[in-house]
Amino acid sequence: MVEVTLWGSLGTAAGGKNKVDIEAKDIRELFRKLAEQYPGLEPWIDRGIAVSIDGVIYRDTWSKELPQGAEIFLLPRLAGG
Amino acid sequence: MNFDPRYLDRNFTSVGTRPIRPDGVDKVTGRARYGADFNMAGQLVGRVLRSPHAHATIRKIDTSKAEKLAGVKAVITAADLPDLTDGDAAMYDILDNCMARNKALYDGHAVAAVAAVDARTARQALKLIEVDYEVLPHVTDVDEAMKHSAPLINEATFTEGLEEKPVKPSNVTKRSQFGHGDVHQGFGHADFIVERSFKTEQTHQGYIEPHACVASVSSDGTADLWVCTQGHFVYRQHCAQLLGMEASKLRVTSSEIGGGFGGKTHVWAEPVALALSRKAGRPVKLVMTRDEVFRASGPTSATSIDIRIGARKDGTITAAEATLRYSSGPYAGTWAEIGAMTAFACYRLDNVKTVGYEVLVNRPKTAAYRAPSAPMAAFAVESAIDELAKEIGMDAVEFRIRNAAQEGTRSSYGPVYGPIGIGPTLEAVKNHPHMKAPLGKNQGRGMACGFWFNFGGQTCTDLNIGMDGSVSLAVGTVDVGGSRASLSLVAAEELGIAYEQVKAVVADTSSLGYNDMTDGSRGTFSSSMATISAARNAIKVLRERAAQMWDIPVDDVVWEKGHAIAKGEKHGNLGRLSLKEIATASGKTGGPIAGHSELVADGAGVSFATHICDIEVDPETGATRVLRYTVVQDAGKAVHPTYVEGQYQGGAAQGIGWALNEEYIYGKDGRLQNPGFLDYRIPVCSDLPMIDTQILEIPNPNHPYGVRGVGETSIVPPLAAIANAVSNAVGVRMTHIPMSPPRILAALEAEQAG
Repeated sequence: MVEVTLWGSLGTAAGGKNKVDIEAKDIRELFRKLAEQYPGLEPWIDRGIAVSIDGVIYRDTWSKELPQGAEIFLLPRLAGG
Repeated sequence: MNFDPRYLDRNFTSVGTRPIRPDGVDKVTGRARYGADFNMAGQLVGRVLRSPHAHATIRKIDTSKAEKLAGVKAVITAADLPDLTDGDAAMYDILDNCMARNKALYDGHAVAAVAAVDARTARQALKLIEVDYEVLPHVTDVDEAMKHSAPLINEATFTEGLEEKPVKPSNVTKRSQFGHGDVHQGFGHADFIVERSFKTEQTHQGYIEPHACVASVSSDGTADLWVCTQGHFVYRQHCAQLLGMEASKLRVTSSEIGGGFGGKTHVWAEPVALALSRKAGRPVKLVMTRDEVFRASGPTSATSIDIRIGARKDGTITAAEATLRYSSGPYAGTWAEIGAMTAFACYRLDNVKTVGYEVLVNRPKTAAYRAPSAPMAAFAVESAIDELAKEIGMDAVEFRIRNAAQEGTRSSYGPVYGPIGIGPTLEAVKNHPHMKAPLGKNQGRGMACGFWFNFGGQTCTDLNIGMDGSVSLAVGTVDVGGSRASLSLVAAEELGIAYEQVKAVVADTSSLGYNDMTDGSRGTFSSSMATISAARNAIKVLRERAAQMWDIPVDDVVWEKGHAIAKGEKHGNLGRLSLKEIATASGKTGGPIAGHSELVADGAGVSFATHICDIEVDPETGATRVLRYTVVQDAGKAVHPTYVEGQYQGGAAQGIGWALNEEYIYGKDGRLQNPGFLDYRIPVCSDLPMIDTQILEIPNPNHPYGVRGVGETSIVPPLAAIANAVSNAVGVRMTHIPMSPPRILAALEAEQAG
């Protein structure tokens, strides 16, 4: 079980929650279960969400494991110049 | 991928040196081929008809007269680019932006295009296309567009991100929010509070090379596209999707690039050129004019930002709040969201809240511009920080040092920071001779900090070793700032050979696996990671071949300084084999030797910079002159320090132009008044002092050499540093960018009028 913090707007889409507990071993499973448990998040996940694990931001490595006790923070997927 | 990206402290041989770039001679002699330098036999000239109206319904387009003109080979409208986006809203916006469908949404929006045997015929044909417009009310100002009375640009827009879905449409596509703590409580603990509103005008990246491409679609459905782009693989994906092609049948080759800065991350002309070529059955060259680049490519947002920061007498910030409104053109964007994330990223805050609003306006579709959205937010925040330091009576640098984020700080956008460089850049600035240099009359000094995330992404690289021992490195990230040199250094470092033995090229989309584009300061970060991985894979093959040549187990062979060495006393008399010796024998040991890598380069290190600016203001005319400018920035590891310095200087130069002169000026008719470099003034060499740089190296723990991105952060502090300098010079807080002479004079007059 990992605790996942959602940024403000994403929390609104999750029914007003800014933290959720999810049983997930990696980013792929995290997104799948988030979409199952909070359908309002699905379009956001489809558009792209980045995952910060202990401060390191992962945008595409969906196989990245979520260590127990790690700080998991969801962020918008960014554009760059 | 079986690659460990973790940083390992080491002594470098090639990395950190400053050899001449491999593309340098071609660029200074004119041999380098840019987008408009490609030509094909039988090629036609493409031209685009653009809306003269800021907002208009397209009732009808009659192309019949143009089609009958001798020399015209194809005329297209939106009907020739049908909607194949399958519900993908972002792709539909790109399609509609390439060629207007039901409505023209800004002055310059493409409505039709022609391909003809020469430019004169193409221009004549454009004049023969009859478009029946119903002109609609328009809005170009970000604050005006948010009013309930504003003309609606898209009646299907209902603000996303609100707790309750709105019942009425508006021009606000999205609200986003970040932060932690309780700002209300935090402000309650403040002895001083600064509250101000700021505006920044829309600017263009100002790349010297206009968008240019040659498209050639064959009758068998395959196609080639030669194009100036920051990401040819992304262009292939987008063009293929918009034209209903299989991606593998479209080969995209990137040209040299005369500047992009985020503006060449987006397709505009390319799908149009392909559609024209498909219809004409001949190659089509499409080069945008400067007027078209300004009116119809992707400038940055105009913004309107409110800031509130509170602090105790001892200089500790107790709360910080920002509301940021960013224009995104007529299509939804995420620009305010990024501004809201970056605004307070430099600081250690217990109570912080930022809210962003994405606002539709009748201007071109906003595109990324170097650390997109961050410079405007930094301008507002760093101006208020300076003002707050003054109110408290603290030195501006000391105030920032006291409140700077550090390792373990929860960032204002959420995650906790690892090792970061904001504190070291501030300490470096505090001790820099620039801060102690005397100032004269009408002169002021300002400083400011800036932050950018940096990111990585999908990356694929091939490293091929020739039989003569030379190394070809094929990368898929377009070289926008010297990355072929830096990646050659990385390959040389890893293989243990000379830089001159390596030749790096940017491969086309049919020669290499997919690569994300060069954006997010990812070029050197990502492709160096992939190059290290490819080189290590090649070394594995080299060891195997050496083992064959010696007829010993491969586990007994190690690679050191460009040579295979047999380890252990039993092999003591085997000497060593050079990369060249192994390569020369490769035909008899299993064939070509190569290393390949495909990976997702995540874990980019965030980047911070602090800038110092001295400026002189003429109080009679409002004219300004930058006297001295210093950039201090954390690079993680500077692979090629000269090009890192170049990125620092380039970002500062663009920021100076943005701060002092550049702005899109729209008339009441919604038409852009200054679509050319005479009236939209970017800085030239004579406007700028030599920009001093200081590279700091706080290694990124998620890259083998500690590399962070360096390309974008340098444009984040200048708006604020210059605004602080001007404000200090004239004694009036400047709140509107650009600080052009009329705007400075107006601020002075307003101050005098009380």
